Amino acid sequence: MGEQIIFYVLAVLIVAFSILSVVSRRILRAATYLLFVLIATGGLYLMMDYQFLAAVQISVYAGGIMVLYIFSILLTSHAGDKAEKVSWKRHLPAVSVATIGLALCAHIIYYNVKRVASLDLFNAPNMQEIGLNLMGTSKNQYVLPFEAISILLLACIVGAILIARKR
Amino acid sequence: MTTIPLEAYLVISTLMFFTGVYGFLARRNMLTILMSLELMLNAADINFAAFNRYLYPGQQDGMFFTLFAIGIAAAETAVAIAIIINIYRNLKNISVDEVNKMKF
Amino acid sequence: MMSFTVLIVVLPFLMFLFLGLMDSKLKPAVAGLLGTIGLATVAILSYITAYLYFFQVGKVEHVWQPITALNFNWLQVTEKLHIDLGVLLDPISVVMLLVVSTVSLMVHIFSLGYMHGEKGFQRYYALLSLFSFSMLGLVVATNIFQMYIFWELVGVSSYSLIGFYYTKPSAVAASKKAFIVTRFADMFFLIGILVLSYYTGTFSFAELCNPTGPVLGTTIGDTFMGWSVVSWAMMLIFMGGAGKSAMLPFHIWLPDAMEGPTPVSALIHAATMVVAGVFLVARFFPVYYFGAPEVLTIISYIGAVTAIFAAIIACTQTDIKRVLAFSTISQIAFMITSLGVSNYGGEHGLGYMASMFHLFTHAFFKSLLFLGAGAVIHAVHSNEMKDMGGLRKFLPITNITFLIACLSIAGIPPFSGFFSKDEIMVAAFEKDKIIFGILYFTAGLTAFYMFRLYYRIFWGESDKHYHHTPHEGGLNSMTIPLIFLALLTFVIGFIPFGKFVSSNGEPFETSVNWLVASLSVGVGVVGILIATVMYLKKNSKPETMEAALKPLYKASYHKFWFDEAWLFATKQIVFARISKPIAWFDRHIVDGFMNALSTATNWTSRKIKVVQSGEIQDYALAFFVGALTIAAMVLFL
Repeated sequence: MGEQIIFYVLAVLIVAFSILSVVSRRILRAATYLLFVLIATGGLYLMMDYQFLAAVQISVYAGGIMVLYIFSILLTSHAGDKAEKVSWKRHLPAVSVATIGLALCAHIIYYNVKRVASLDLFNAPNMQEIGLNLMGTSKNQYVLPFEAISILLLACIVGAILIARKR
Repeated sequence: MTTIPLEAYLVISTLMFFTGVYGFLARRNMLTILMSLELMLNAADINFAAFNRYLYPGQQDGMFFTLFAIGIAAAETAVAIAIIINIYRNLKNISVDEVNKMKF
Repeated sequence: MMSFTVLIVVLPFLMFLFLGLMDSKLKPAVAGLLGTIGLATVAILSYITAYLYFFQVGKVEHVWQPITALNFNWLQVTEKLHIDLGVLLDPISVVMLLVVSTVSLMVHIFSLGYMHGEKGFQRYYALLSLFSFSMLGLVVATNIFQMYIFWELVGVSSYSLIGFYYTKPSAVAASKKAFIVTRFADMFFLIGILVLSYYTGTFSFAELCNPTGPVLGTTIGDTFMGWSVVSWAMMLIFMGGAGKSAMLPFHIWLPDAMEGPTPVSALIHAATMVVAGVFLVARFFPVYYFGAPEVLTIISYIGAVTAIFAAIIACTQTDIKRVLAFSTISQIAFMITSLGVSNYGGEHGLGYMASMFHLFTHAFFKSLLFLGAGAVIHAVHSNEMKDMGGLRKFLPITNITFLIACLSIAGIPPFSGFFSKDEIMVAAFEKDKIIFGILYFTAGLTAFYMFRLYYRIFWGESDKHYHHTPHEGGLNSMTIPLIFLALLTFVIGFIPFGKFVSSNGEPFETSVNWLVASLSVGVGVVGILIATVMYLKKNSKPETMEAALKPLYKASYHKFWFDEAWLFATKQIVFARISKPIAWFDRHIVDGFMNALSTATNWTSRKIKVVQSGEIQDYALAFFVGALTIAAMVLFL
């Protein structure tokens, strides 16, 4: 019972703030709304017993990426600028595509997903398990993507510095 | 633990995703476009986690996918913002209408 | 055994390739010498062939047999029809080999002196060799298609040689005229060949000309508009021959062809190429006689009319080469008429034999006349009679040889022209008196205009003053051929030609028909006398004659306006009514369609390229729409 209430609150938060984020004409407000969406998503992960994931979400996404966004917004525009109204010529195809896509996915969800009413009992993974899985080399273990992502991050760091340095 | 159906999570993620699509197509400022992109990525992450939790409770593949997706999203955002800063330095403006030189 | 004869054809071709490719890398004297040596070899080979054929292997059971020295299958058209290339030796082809190679050799030697110092000397000799190759290939052809191939080659060589002085517009125009007129006639020739081969299933002479063979046995039944198909085919083939042999109305190219160098006129337009039409009819004679006799009658009348028209025109021309050109037309018409009035078989085929005999003798004395005219032109640097007169003092050898040739063509015994022309008259007398009458009158005119020519050049104004004294130079490359040909003209009349050439291979004796002989000699003497009175010394009789016959003179001088008529037909009718609309269609509709296609493509592209707008969100939109479409298709289809 309590879960349901929390779930619905989180759901409403997510949907409302995401819509506000894409519609708001002041950039900083859009960024803030996005921040709320990300935190609420972290909450959703907690509801699914993925504590580690929730922590990562909040620390990396909400804490790192959103800060980055806010820095860049402040760098590239005057806070308090109002963006122009979107012309309806651009508005129309966007809305129609989004609506059609939404209808398609709703159709899929409605007709294809079995009604799973309950969550099975399971042991939430503890940190040790997660750590071993992350560094393990046998089937279903993720050392290769881990190393790959580290190289990716290196490349991105170097690339970002190179692109954005002052000449 | 027993009463939230899988479809509920999927509905949330779908709504979030298509909101992101709308934002991507309708916004003028490049940074807001990137923010819509973040929305789309997040929606996908929720999907991964939900499917993993409801359909394959013994395994943790979905969680790890989500983990990596978050990491990659961070890297990609960093590079994208670097490019946008560069554009801002050259054009003094980060509206997508200005960067349309690769045309006929 | 006789397969060495293929060398006769191949050797000039190799010489052409060599001289043509080496062109200016060879010194002119070397090129001339090589060309002459090549032809001399060919001439010797022809003499050997003639000796072997006529005196050793040709006669089987007292009948001359055709020998196929070489025949290989070149192109297989259908299972039964194939185009061969080969060498066929029979009396007329061996005679033609002799004629072509001898005259060509004389022309080669003469040109060493005549063309000395001309630009393009090497090209000249290369083209002479090409022509010799083409003509020799034509006369030894084993099938009609090979003959057609070489026919066209001869036309090309003639075109190249007439237009030898390609910087002169009149020469270029003349060469084009020659080629186009003969090509036009050859269109009919080709249609005739195709019709004939379609109905008989073969190209080969051996099968077609066999009196009991497929043509005459099986195709009699098919008719088209009143005539049998064989008649149509042979009529069309004759029209092709008429073009090459300058019969009315296709004769217009031959006078203009005199723009070429004079030795070329001697070789091509007097002795060899123009008799190709005669040779064609002679080759097909059994088919004409048995399959299309009405066509033979038409041929004889066309020949007779051409002869007299050409003779009338020649009486008033002042360019000496033009006189000789019309004389050639007239004499070839004699040969064609003779074939037309001939019967078949042994001594009944007198016309056939006479025609070939006249071809043989005419080749020599006409080429002698042309080469003599060349010597005169070379000495005086002009073609017009008014620039000549009294040249007998300066050009003695030319004078004597020219006189011999004129006597021969006028039909005065004992020169060869008398014997051959006499046989023609006898054949005509026996077949059709009207034709005999026309030919008789023409013979008189021939004597008249030839001696007009002779007197105007060598006698006439005996005290004419020349800026550069004309000189001959004694025995040299220009006079030796003249002497040789004059000797031949004197001697060959005595050959009993009927023993060698006859319509069906059976040799026969000819005897003198005293009535006709005396009549023809008489008319020749009368012609010479009239010419002597009018032209031996300069007087005013020509002018009074001209005034008396003013309209006829005018018509004759303007060559009966045939050129103007043809020009009118082509310009006003073909060009204006047929070519112009077709050209309009091509330019506006065919080209217009293509242009419209390209314009449409351009327009479409301009409309479509807007898709590449450069806007990121447009691309993203397209991307999403595509993804949704695919998802929908996968789900619902």
